[in-house]
Amino acid sequence: MRNLLILVVLLWTHPAWSGDIQLSSQCPASFEKHEGHCRLVSNYTNYTSLENGGVGGLKTGLPAIRDGFTAEEIDLGRYLFFDPLLSGNGKQACASCHNPDKGFADGRQFSLGSTGLETTRNAPSLWNVGFLKRFFLDGRAATLEEQMQGPLYSKAEMNSSPDKILANLNGNKTYRRLFATAYATSFVQPKADIKIDQVYRSIAAFETSLISLNSRYDLYAHGFPDALNKQEIAGLNVFRSFVARCAECHTPPLFSNQQIVVIGTPEPPGHAFDPGAGSYSAEPRLRGGFKVPSLRNVELTAPYMHSGRFKTLREVVSFYNEGRGHAVPKEEKLLLHWHIHEPKLTDVELDRLVDFLKTLTDESFRPQRPTVLPSGLSASK
Amino acid sequence: MNKKGLLIGVVAMIFAAGAGYYAAHRQMATSSAADIASAQSLLSASRAGASGKGDAAALTAALSGKVITVKPGELIQDAVNKALSGDTISVMPGTYNETVYIDKDNIALIGMVQEGQWPTLDGMGKLNDAVLYSGNGIRVENLKIVKFKGNAIMGQAGNNFVIRHNWIEDTGVYGIFPQFGQNGLIQYNVLSGIEDAAIYVGMSDNIQVDHNEVHGNVAGIEIENSRHAVVENNMVVDNAGGILTFVTPWLPIKTTFDVIIRNNFIVGNNHKNFGAPGSIVSGVPSGTGVIVMAAKDVIIENNVIRDNKNAGIIVADHKSFANITIDPESDPYPDRVSVLSNLFSNNGYEPIDDIKALMVASLTTHGPDIVAVGGGKDNCMVDRAAHATLGIAGWATTCVKTSTADIVTLLLDKPATPRSTETASKGEVLYKGICAGCHTYSARMIGPPTQIIQALYAGNPQGIADYIAKPTKKREDFPPMPSQGHLSPEMRKAVAEYMLSVKK
Repeated sequence: MRNLLILVVLLWTHPAWSGDIQLSSQCPASFEKHEGHCRLVSNYTNYTSLENGGVGGLKTGLPAIRDGFTAEEIDLGRYLFFDPLLSGNGKQACASCHNPDKGFADGRQFSLGSTGLETTRNAPSLWNVGFLKRFFLDGRAATLEEQMQGPLYSKAEMNSSPDKILANLNGNKTYRRLFATAYATSFVQPKADIKIDQVYRSIAAFETSLISLNSRYDLYAHGFPDALNKQEIAGLNVFRSFVARCAECHTPPLFSNQQIVVIGTPEPPGHAFDPGAGSYSAEPRLRGGFKVPSLRNVELTAPYMHSGRFKTLREVVSFYNEGRGHAVPKEEKLLLHWHIHEPKLTDVELDRLVDFLKTLTDESFRPQRPTVLPSGLSASK
Repeated sequence: MNKKGLLIGVVAMIFAAGAGYYAAHRQMATSSAADIASAQSLLSASRAGASGKGDAAALTAALSGKVITVKPGELIQDAVNKALSGDTISVMPGTYNETVYIDKDNIALIGMVQEGQWPTLDGMGKLNDAVLYSGNGIRVENLKIVKFKGNAIMGQAGNNFVIRHNWIEDTGVYGIFPQFGQNGLIQYNVLSGIEDAAIYVGMSDNIQVDHNEVHGNVAGIEIENSRHAVVENNMVVDNAGGILTFVTPWLPIKTTFDVIIRNNFIVGNNHKNFGAPGSIVSGVPSGTGVIVMAAKDVIIENNVIRDNKNAGIIVADHKSFANITIDPESDPYPDRVSVLSNLFSNNGYEPIDDIKALMVASLTTHGPDIVAVGGGKDNCMVDRAAHATLGIAGWATTCVKTSTADIVTLLLDKPATPRSTETASKGEVLYKGICAGCHTYSARMIGPPTQIIQALYAGNPQGIADYIAKPTKKREDFPPMPSQGHLSPEMRKAVAEYMLSVKK
């Protein structure tokens, strides 16, 4: 009986003891170690793009990725990303709304914050975020470090503060050890503290490692014509045609041209008009503007649009077919993007578009959810 | 020269250009594709023989592969699917109702015109596009293309393209629309009835647009967010706007510069603007010969610009247009625009209200041959006392570059670097794209080293091919491998064979 008890305790404690956590010295999938830093490996690095813009068609180079982090920084970022210790009340992690099992989104129309408050926008996916140059749905942040301070400190979201995060991390032996591993030169003095910029940098390192570039579309793009079936190719041709014009903004290979556009999608009933980029830009014509999102893994991230207004991809493609400005409130005078028109696609063409969008799915390099967190809190879904 | 003499002179010049054009067409109609290719290389060669830096002949040399003939009743797409790099698809006269997409490199799609009978791609008002291509080295020639909803010919990222001798009517938004392409030749096409630009060069580099006839379109020729383009010897008649070069803000490629507009006939572009509401071109005032908006280093030389009722040339910044959203990443001003010797006559006889207001403010009753609105610096115009000008008092009266005669073309000396994995085997592409994400030759990564896998599966590629379709967790200290079941059995075999052959 006593032996059994010891065994149970061992089984229970062994995987749950954060003291065992070691940062991986291996770069994550799709990265190779080069002079100590992780560098992207992809067929796309064989290709160029016009003016290095990272936009084009098949066999076109991607925008420059933000890589060059160390394996340890990335792995430390993984622990931080999944750790609810970063929220004010220890109940919410980055992964709560950017859930790897839900396409790094959360499946909700509007995300819920740590205290149960509802946010005002749909959670964007983080796949391939390392290629982006603007962050937030309205594009108001220029770096991931700048962006993450939004949710970390917003009352409606994780509701923490830099002091609180640092107090929690510095009070945790495991985190002190892991930060000292990842940022050895800053921890030459054994009493050195974790700095907030190291927290931001680690999380950014992990986020930029989320690579989805091996979809069936990518096989087609690299020269395997049979990777897509007839219906999907028909969908690709609708997608890139100048009637539907999807590819004009959702431009391959990232399926975003990263611009801010005003398309006039509806708010849910009872919700005020969301001015998007109009809330921070001096240009009045950007009222109602949002960043063009990448469509990679879009199949996994319903509901759609800044307001989570559309439940299915079919509803999304129908929106574009229903006429310029049909969902714009009467009192709003928006300068809608010139590509928003009335393409008059047939139902069959809309179905094919959805078929094609589903070929952009690839989560083969989905990162592992830690079984144990340095904080001892749960990383459960 | 009195006014009548001038007019006769201009008519004679137009006739001369038209005759040359007719001769080219006749030659095309009665010759085999090979003859045409050869005649065209001669034509190109004679131009390339001058002291320019580019070489159109390199682009237009005949392809070396086999010829696949398509007859009415067959699908052109079937021939494209069969074609290998370097092949020519020869399309016989008759009607074809399909969208042809070319997602491979070095394919020529050449119509055979016989006794005046053309191969015709007819979209019947239902199909979106006639030809879509994404490959490099694509050529589209001798096709009649009618009644599509989107484009006649649209390229997405193909470099080294040739689009010529096509006859395009009523094909929707654009006629010829290469986008994200480098090094392309667009010549001897006739386009009409297009609701945006007949020839729209968008976000491209090193482009030559010559000897085209564009009439009855909203915009004739557009060079947008593109660099190093020559637009010459075109007949641009009866569009709402003739030749436009500009920066559209909020596109991912932000500049337009190094554009030469020369030796064109830009005449009577007074067509009603039938652009779609909300489109950028719907803001182009009918009756405008040339628009330069926010483009840099533009040279306008030796054109005949006449009878455009609003203005011969408008030079403007972004802020002067009501439907333009300012982009902090795009410079909104036109700089270093050089207007050299051109023939201007009878422009601006019925200008829009904004220009009328400028005329009142400038105490002039002459409608403008050229009008500049908004900002811009280091612009110049020669001979301007001879012309009706508005808003260019601050421009220099002499230009630093006095002639473009030294520039034959802005095409590249040799083809742009292919964006290609063609030299790699299929297995290699798959291995490097997918497997190398987790396996290196000798070091432990996410997955075990390739060397170890080679030892386990020596002589047994099928074993790997089967395993990766449905991987099972084999090693406690490695994460499970993601399934590659979406790869076809042939692809899995090819990558397995490559994996076993890797030596480093």
